[in-house]
Amino acid sequence: MLKYFLKRLIGIIPILFFVSIFIFLFVHMIPGDPARLVAGQDASLADVQAVQRELGLDKPLYTQYAEFVKNIVQGDFGLSLKTKRPVFDEIAARFMPTFWLTFWSMIWAVLFGLVVGVFSATKRNKWQDYLGMFGAVSGISLPSFWLGLMLIQLFAVNLGWLPTGGMDSWKSYILPSITLGAGVAAVIARFSRSSLMEVMKEDYIRTGRAKGLKENKVVWGHALKNSMIPVVTMAGLQFGFLLGGSIVIETVFSWPGLGRLLIDSVSFRDYPVIQAEMLLFALEFILINLFVDLLYGVLNPQIRYE
Amino acid sequence: MAEMKVGEVIRQPLPQAVNGTKSTPKQEFWRKFKKQKMALAAGFFVVILFILGIIGPFIAPFGAAEFDYDHILEGPSAAHWAGTDAYGRDIFSRILIGTRLSLFVSLLSVFLGSVGGTILGLISGYYGKWIDNLIMRFCDILFAFPGILLAIGIIAILGPGLGNVVIAISIFSVPIFARIVRSSTLQVKATVYVEATRSIGAKPRRIIWKHIFPGTLSSIIVNFTMRLGTAILTAASLSFLGLGAQPPSPEWGAMLSGGRDYLNNAPHVTFFPGLAIFLTVLAFNLFGDGLRDALDPKIKD
Repeated sequence: MLKYFLKRLIGIIPILFFVSIFIFLFVHMIPGDPARLVAGQDASLADVQAVQRELGLDKPLYTQYAEFVKNIVQGDFGLSLKTKRPVFDEIAARFMPTFWLTFWSMIWAVLFGLVVGVFSATKRNKWQDYLGMFGAVSGISLPSFWLGLMLIQLFAVNLGWLPTGGMDSWKSYILPSITLGAGVAAVIARFSRSSLMEVMKEDYIRTGRAKGLKENKVVWGHALKNSMIPVVTMAGLQFGFLLGGSIVIETVFSWPGLGRLLIDSVSFRDYPVIQAEMLLFALEFILINLFVDLLYGVLNPQIRYE
Repeated sequence: MAEMKVGEVIRQPLPQAVNGTKSTPKQEFWRKFKKQKMALAAGFFVVILFILGIIGPFIAPFGAAEFDYDHILEGPSAAHWAGTDAYGRDIFSRILIGTRLSLFVSLLSVFLGSVGGTILGLISGYYGKWIDNLIMRFCDILFAFPGILLAIGIIAILGPGLGNVVIAISIFSVPIFARIVRSSTLQVKATVYVEATRSIGAKPRRIIWKHIFPGTLSSIIVNFTMRLGTAILTAASLSFLGLGAQPPSPEWGAMLSGGRDYLNNAPHVTFFPGLAIFLTVLAFNLFGDGLRDALDPKIKD
């Protein structure tokens, strides 16, 4: 078990290394002179050189990279070009709102998706199944920003039950988390349905039925637990999808999180903030994948001994 | 259901043997595909979409930039089926004209991504060793970013615009196709007929192109269709965020974004373009599901 954990942990080191190079080179891939671009078309040469120094573009590439990594390890991401405040502070203030948004989206998406999936699997090829699966494929096909705007239109503008945006009370969480979670709920519904159907073919399910167990007991007591292993993995992987989705949803709901900061930074060409955000998102994604891998190892002993 | 299936399998080969003809993979595919009514309907809808993509601008009752300040933000009516926007432009006509944009962007980007990914996947799977390692690590790096984040990063470098959206989406489609094609390449490579081809001295390039690539084609087609839906969603999201198509382009995401300010008194400005995106993506997804069920030998009902 320990060996498996270590192998996985060591496995992410090269990925982290290449991701850091990728993000470092980011500013260098901008066509033309990035310093000129940031400083503006009518900036003086001195201004451009000042930006160059600020972005560290005046030194050789390998020195720049070494400094980049050194600074990151110390939590120093430079100054935001827009606000002149440390990028670290800018991002730290935005982290928790995004975290809680994705967290609650995940919770309801897993619960709802699971119920629909199990229900569809037990009512296989009946109208409930078709309805559930049509709902799921619709959920995957919905443009999230459109769903968000329509929910705002209905529940905030017309009915006035919930706020249109911002993050003031628990009520503010309802619409954004539903919008963000819809796609994930749909994926989980489809996945848990097929996983459960697979398990229902097993011999021990037939044994359970043969000894006269109630169907509910067979499904919820015996089959569900074993069908959950791939579903857990899938749910974990969907976290990355949520992170990406939060970028769009936060813009729709004026949510004070990382996603909106990223979009603002892109339109302002605030490269230090963009770099730090890309790194943070990638890091989160890599760690979640690692966690999912480890969890999979815990849940499914066969994997560990491969 | 299960009994029927068994019966079918047993019945199937006999008449063919008698007639001396074999059912081609194409006939086999069609036999399975046409049983799925939903996918069939979706496929029909996709065909109509492509026709609209071609003839849309010619049949639209109004022009994409036809202003009419006497009729701004009007709800759906007989003259304007989907109402008008803040400049009095006919939303229905703009959606029709914009079909071309959405289809073109998604087709081109997924096509480029699939070509790149397929080549990498074939090489990776066939040659193995260090080159496989190299390509797969490259994919790992791209996979370290959630899809839309990578696209936003690429657009932060290249600047906003629909052309850059195509580049961004094709880049993040590459690793997806590379992984899928690699795993089917590994399967096909292990078959006896590839071994036989190698034994008679065929060159690697010929083996890959003539013998392995056709074997991976079905998984490529299925994923191509599925990715089209995702590509439309991503492109629309980016345009909605102001990073893709810019107003006054009749791109659906950009139209929707323009309607946000009028949510209070004219929700139809956002509703209809969103509905167009939803129905299009839904059609591609249902069609893709049907293709997968018909092409994938592992899936049985």
